[in-house]
Amino acid sequence: MFASSELNQRNRNRERVFRVLFGTMTALLVLPVIIILVTLVVKGGPVISVEFLFGNPTNGMTAGGIFPALLGTVWLVLVALLASVPLGVAAAIYLSEYAADNWFTRAINLAIINLAGVPSIVHALFGLGAFVVFFGLGTSILAASLTLAIMTLPVVIVATREALQAVPQSFREACWNMGATRWQTIHRVVLPNAITGVLTGVILEVSRTAGETAPIMFTGAAFFLPFLPQSVFDQTMALSLHLFVVSTQVPGMPEQLPFGVALVLIGIVLIMNSLSIALRMYLRGKKKW
Amino acid sequence: MPANPARQTTEVLSNTDFDHRDLDWYIDRGVQILVFLGGISAIVFILGIFIFITKEGLGFILEDFSFREFLFSPTWRPTSELKETYGILALVAGTASVTGLAMLVAIPFSLGTAIFIAEFVDGKTREYLKVTVELLAAIPSVVWGFIGLSIMNPLIIDVFDVPVGLNVLNAGIILGLMAAPIMTSIAEDALKAVPDRYREAAEAMGATHWQVIYKVVLPAAKNGLLGAVLLGVGRGFGETMAVLMATGHSINIPTSVFDSVRALTATIAAELGETAVGSPHYQALFTIGVFLFVITFCINLTADLIVRGIRKE
Repeated sequence: MFASSELNQRNRNRERVFRVLFGTMTALLVLPVIIILVTLVVKGGPVISVEFLFGNPTNGMTAGGIFPALLGTVWLVLVALLASVPLGVAAAIYLSEYAADNWFTRAINLAIINLAGVPSIVHALFGLGAFVVFFGLGTSILAASLTLAIMTLPVVIVATREALQAVPQSFREACWNMGATRWQTIHRVVLPNAITGVLTGVILEVSRTAGETAPIMFTGAAFFLPFLPQSVFDQTMALSLHLFVVSTQVPGMPEQLPFGVALVLIGIVLIMNSLSIALRMYLRGKKKW
Repeated sequence: MPANPARQTTEVLSNTDFDHRDLDWYIDRGVQILVFLGGISAIVFILGIFIFITKEGLGFILEDFSFREFLFSPTWRPTSELKETYGILALVAGTASVTGLAMLVAIPFSLGTAIFIAEFVDGKTREYLKVTVELLAAIPSVVWGFIGLSIMNPLIIDVFDVPVGLNVLNAGIILGLMAAPIMTSIAEDALKAVPDRYREAAEAMGATHWQVIYKVVLPAAKNGLLGAVLLGVGRGFGETMAVLMATGHSINIPTSVFDSVRALTATIAAELGETAVGSPHYQALFTIGVFLFVITFCINLTADLIVRGIRKE
């Protein structure tokens, strides 16, 4: 009575076929990228040394190190964070704690989706038209960082909103019942419970900001500078743009050097992302409610 | 003892001043206004972006702009001595061919991977695969461009015996690999959003695992999957650095995947640095920016409406 019929058998075979098919697809998606990463490590690894990380580019960038670009990326990321984290967290608090479910909130959400979806080169055009020309900041770290901040704002907003919404409603209600104001509740109860989640978003933003190239090309990053930036009103070199420059713009470039630059850039990005993921997992494991 | 206790209670209540606007009350109000400003900042920025790029391109749109030439001329020659021509047809063809090929690569692979992760594996394996996909999505576009330039380029020259490896095929594969992880994540979310009771009900009727996926889960997640595909298209359309480096950057209406092309985004990236602020060429590049903005806006809007459609159900 329970012996498998021919139909059953066929169905089961079909399932096996699809399992293998989709598994192969997954492997084919992941494998090339792993091969590419290994190639980067093999070719770029030998280039990396203390002198490479902390030296200046020499011989028209065909030799020497990447320190000015590395430092420039740190500048750009820090200034962008200073602008976007407070704004993004405020926006997330509004959306999670205050906003009603109406057309206005939907408009904000749509704006956030579009801010993330608008091509990076359009953000570059905006940065040039608004910050560099209209507000007269010139091509500077400040103009580039503000452009990056606007572009990566959705990352902070989305991560923070998720973290805030993960705090149970009963925590808030308990606090309100004690006579606390909305802000006291957010400040003393909601934010402390969500802070690690906010942190994962911030780290994710660091990674995104460090890798962006197009938005900074015309707003503050330079191909080559003989000096380090002294203030936010100076131009700077940046690691991402440096990779573009050494791999396309400089004749007579030794084959290995761009691989080294690419490896450092991707190393920073992947380490930041792994950190963010690890923090998220730790958080999920620790959750008490 | 008072004769009427209820009456006395009302008196006590009315004596208490509930409207004491102390410091905390004002702080609360202040914060509410501050976070509201944060909330509307996204709208302000998206409007700001549209207004600023339109304003910069306006001179061109009002004076030199010929709708027909702009959309239907395949000649983009902004620095010609004789007559500057601003036709984006070849650039659109470049962007479309690369994005089209990228989607041909990315759609089956990302949907297949999403189904595999969401329906066929669980526990640790699923976690590892999800983390891997997330990390893949994080690789910066300039690194992808570099990969196209330094790894794919010689590979294509070798395998297909063509003189140049920077072409539609190269950029399409690179862009496909770039878009696939993002599409996979969104598609996987859509599949996970299908309630388990749908699966259980189907299984209780005697459906096999594959029948459950094919007949129940996929139809239920249809809109979310469509949204994932649309967002992938938008991503490919707006990608800049990777297509700048991997397409070969020559103006061409492609006839085969081995032709070099030039994309809309890449044109802005390559030429903006060389133009004088306010010149017709500069304004024409901003007009391309407006074009890109409008198209990606429509794609994102459609994707959002489709995805929201299923949430309502």
